[in-house]
Amino acid sequence: MTMRWLLVAGALALGAIAPAGAAPDAARGEQVYTRCLACHALAFDRVGPHHCGLFGRVAGSVPEFSYSPAMKNSRITWNDKTLDRFLTKPLKMVPGSAMTYDGVSEPKDRADLIAYLKHVDATAECRKLAAVKQ
Amino acid sequence: MSFFQMPNPIVARRLFLGQSGLVLSGAAVALLAGNEALAAKSGGANTKDVQILNTALGAELEAIAAYQLGAESKLLQPPVLDLALTFQGHHKAHADVLASTVEKLGGKPVLAKTAYNFPVDQLKSQADVLKFAAKLEQGAVSAYLGAVPLFGNRDLAKAAASILGDEAMHWAILRQALGEVPVPAAFMA
Repeated sequence: MTMRWLLVAGALALGAIAPAGAAPDAARGEQVYTRCLACHALAFDRVGPHHCGLFGRVAGSVPEFSYSPAMKNSRITWNDKTLDRFLTKPLKMVPGSAMTYDGVSEPKDRADLIAYLKHVDATAECRKLAAVKQ
Repeated sequence: MSFFQMPNPIVARRLFLGQSGLVLSGAAVALLAGNEALAAKSGGANTKDVQILNTALGAELEAIAAYQLGAESKLLQPPVLDLALTFQGHHKAHADVLASTVEKLGGKPVLAKTAYNFPVDQLKSQADVLKFAAKLEQGAVSAYLGAVPLFGNRDLAKAAASILGDEAMHWAILRQALGEVPVPAAFMA
């Protein structure tokens, strides 16, 4: 292989790696979140529980939401790491979960989605919900 | 003439249905609702399949309620109102076959909630209602897309894909009604 081809291959490799190393983009994560909108909302429970206050919450702990026994007993606390694992393959991490969704396969999509979820508490919807709860 | 511009909603509906073929395919209905063989050999399906169907049923029941809210809001004008009722009819058809299939497989279908939380205070115009419906339909496409690979029974996966196609058409037509690009990408996620 010539030096020129090595340089081209190296540049391509760097190009392929760069997006994955990019900082999580919460704005793009909001777009990824549209995939969740059949079942979830930020401030109210639907087929799935609401997402305001998700970070630091114990899985299966939203009052009055009817969880699967699997989720209720999962002993997960939602943070970057657990969300990344769960969103990769929900039913692999929590077999028996009612979230019968194959997962968000792209690491960048997951990172952006998690970045968005991390900041949702600052939205008007979540602030309003927090005020009602107090 | 687009069915959106047609003054007579009945004619518009007929044209819309005739042109789009927006009915759950006979094959899918047979797969889900009428296939006794599926019930008899439910070994191909499993507890997870029942859970997938029930999760989908819960979302379909909510969609029916959402379209009902839109229909009763008095914000939708006749051609669009008729369209919303047609889409609601599709969701009712989906819910019926999902519920009957859950039963055939030995499960207990989830029931509609007595009340749903919808962002009523944000719905002030026809466009608001259409945007709300479009988001639900887009989410439904993603949800079915995420469910199809999980089925143990391939017939159920095929039937779910048939519903996915229907939801995708709803989404595209709602976007068109909002003046947005109806099909914004070559792939769904």
